[in-house]
Amino acid sequence: MKALTNSLAGTRTLVRLILRRDRIVLPLWIISLGILPVAIANTLKDLYPTAAERQSYLDIITANPALNALYGHAFGAGLGALTAWRLGGTVLLVGLASLLTLIRHTRAEEAAGRRELLGATVVGRQAPLFSALLFTFDASLLLGAVVSVSLIAYGLPVAGSMAFGLSWTVFGWAFAAVAAVAAQLTEGARAARGISIAVLGLCFVLRAAGDAGGKDGLSWISWLSPFGWTQRVRPFADERWWVFALFLGLVAVLAAAAFALSARRDLGSGLLPARLGPAAGSPWLRNPLALAWRLQRGTLLAWSAGFAVFGAILGGITESAVKVTEDSPQIKTIAERLGGSSGLADAWFAAFMGLLGLVASGYAVGAALRLRGEEADGCAEPVLATAVSRVRWAGSHLAFAVLGPAVVLGVAGLAAGLIYGLTSGDVGRELPRVLGAAIVQLPAVWVLVGVTVALFGVLPRFVGSGSWAVLAACVLIEEFGRPLQLSKRLLDLSPFAHVPNLPGAEVSAAPLAWLSLIAANLIAAGLLGLRRRDVL
Amino acid sequence: MNDGDAIFISGLVKTFGRTRALDGLDLSVRTGEVHGFLGPNGAGKSTTLRVLLGLIRKDSGETRLLGGDPWREAVKLHRRLAYVPGDVTLWPGLTGGEVIDLLGRMRGGLDKGRRAELLERFELDPRKKARAYSKGNRQKVALVAALASDAEVLLLDEPTSGLDPLMEAVFRGCVEEERRSGRTVLLSSHILSEVEALCERVTIIKDGTAVESGTLSEMRHLSRTSISVELARVPVGLAGLSGVHDLEIDGNRVRCQVDASGLDGLLGHLTPFGVRSLTSQPPTLEDLFLRHYETEGPEAREAAWESRGTDRAGVAR
Repeated sequence: MKALTNSLAGTRTLVRLILRRDRIVLPLWIISLGILPVAIANTLKDLYPTAAERQSYLDIITANPALNALYGHAFGAGLGALTAWRLGGTVLLVGLASLLTLIRHTRAEEAAGRRELLGATVVGRQAPLFSALLFTFDASLLLGAVVSVSLIAYGLPVAGSMAFGLSWTVFGWAFAAVAAVAAQLTEGARAARGISIAVLGLCFVLRAAGDAGGKDGLSWISWLSPFGWTQRVRPFADERWWVFALFLGLVAVLAAAAFALSARRDLGSGLLPARLGPAAGSPWLRNPLALAWRLQRGTLLAWSAGFAVFGAILGGITESAVKVTEDSPQIKTIAERLGGSSGLADAWFAAFMGLLGLVASGYAVGAALRLRGEEADGCAEPVLATAVSRVRWAGSHLAFAVLGPAVVLGVAGLAAGLIYGLTSGDVGRELPRVLGAAIVQLPAVWVLVGVTVALFGVLPRFVGSGSWAVLAACVLIEEFGRPLQLSKRLLDLSPFAHVPNLPGAEVSAAPLAWLSLIAANLIAAGLLGLRRRDVL
Repeated sequence: MNDGDAIFISGLVKTFGRTRALDGLDLSVRTGEVHGFLGPNGAGKSTTLRVLLGLIRKDSGETRLLGGDPWREAVKLHRRLAYVPGDVTLWPGLTGGEVIDLLGRMRGGLDKGRRAELLERFELDPRKKARAYSKGNRQKVALVAALASDAEVLLLDEPTSGLDPLMEAVFRGCVEEERRSGRTVLLSSHILSEVEALCERVTIIKDGTAVESGTLSEMRHLSRTSISVELARVPVGLAGLSGVHDLEIDGNRVRCQVDASGLDGLLGHLTPFGVRSLTSQPPTLEDLFLRHYETEGPEAREAAWESRGTDRAGVAR
């Protein structure tokens, strides 16, 4: 007991420090995510006021494999059940917020050397990890409470509201625990973040693959993923409370593992040992582009691998997902209204490629933000003190921000098109169509890169928060713009609103050219600003 | 501006928001000299170097580096200079050896033999990843990268911070060699002994302005010598002598500070009282430095503290 109190000494102070540092970001996350369910419930009520209309909406959902894969199964035609279904993908953001918060207060602190400063004060060995977990758990609890209370206040059933809010809470806990383990494994915060996000992505894909084929098929796969668990709680549709035990078990195991790992390792080190490297730079390491490649190649390879796996799974389940709907005569009539099996497949790919475009934007914005990271760390200074101009330096990282998304989207499109083509028996037709649907997202991705570069050149202090906020706004508009009945003008603000819905829809070059032109201008403005301003 | 000046700065002003970091700074560094740039933390040394590197833009004033404009001709000029930042941060995943080669190649060349020699002298393992280096070792990486280049000008911003005394000695040896081979060095520092040992000329900066500049002997000449005398009899009439300051008389012992012009008069006055022993100490850089900073607040104390803590023996000779 004494040993435990010792190793947790200083937790209270550390939690206060975290509160101080997160006093703006955290309330923003909690409020924006917390009131989303009630807003969605409200617009669904407007759109489908009667029980009959909601039932036919449920039939459409069930008939559309893309919707099943993106959001999961819908378990009832009540307003609450439909709301919970529609937010089935949003829980991803809860996990993301949770893991980012945890890494920010554990491995990022340690890598920056601040943990050492604290470690020398009266702070127990496990206190930093414990306080970060405590804080993230409390934040998730608060988020769940906001969700439950607002839904109850809106008039939805109490049990369902509680179950739904709680499912978000435990989902946050689960990914805080995943991040707690990842934070022990690597020396750098970037790698820890990458591992956690990869786990999040994998869990999403597992659930999507399991749910795509309707309620029969491969739906057991969804049980392998916390995403699947949140839905199998079935809020508002005869709640199954025992599913929460799965979450608690997972959290307990992961947290115990994280504490055990953290007790074993030295401050600053990871479990994966640091090795010696080359004593001299290889001959190609001679210019900024080579340096940027060294710094960004790992991220690019990891994203490409992730997109390839996602594309392969996507392509692999398309045929069976579309087939399932044809088996049921009742669903079939609805499915035919949606365009039959080829129409369903097209809608399926269009929906997923739009999602991939948003995700690829996350990669691209991150790659462009390396510029600011290098500047703020002081790593840009020695480069700019050599015979390298600012534009050349910036261009080296921008190459990844501009071409990187082309690579990852291309890989996903190729994998999805190839495998779908093989299963449906017509590679020659499907491969170019699916690849095109992936690549057509690029101009919209570039606009977000342009926004980031423009901010970097002109308002460098706000480039991090600003560019992520713009991406978040696009996600919000794309995901919830229509259900929230935002005005057309607002919807059009997202560059993705102008991307043709390939495959299937008509391609018109004009919007794509416009998007590219806007992106190019934003990038040029950013570079011009960079040439004129002081370097940090 | 003199043609022999590698660096010429006149009336340089740079503001950050409301703070005036540089306030009419003058600085000239002759080609081939090692120039000390002295001042406590926050005096504006790094800001000056960053203006010279074209990383930040001056508000007004004139700056010339190797005859060029540091802002507009940055890339061209950077081929001819090497820089060691005050706070060296490196890419965590690259090894020290890779960083040295990369920076050297981006500047336009690196002397391989010199690189190997410097690695040995600084006892640096180039195979380690940068995240595993201590502060001193990161500093060594930057020093080796700069010293192994064939640059004409070296801009060194507090280059020995984080180095242990042995490595400081190695660094001094290296700068000594650079001087002999005719390179121009601008050495920013707050370590007085280091500057005193290495630099022919010194500029002292305070609140963004140069308060003193010249060779050490010139500055000594302008400054006061401290005299301590033991006499046979108790002296009289010393207080009235011109050029004598801080006079302390304790029986037949006398201590005072004398302007160079007052030395003759003082010694003539003392002789009749029977000089038993006399110690005269030329002003140290520390004295010069403190004269400008002593009346000030905490920064001055900090600067004095640092100089004492570092190497007392080197200052008081």
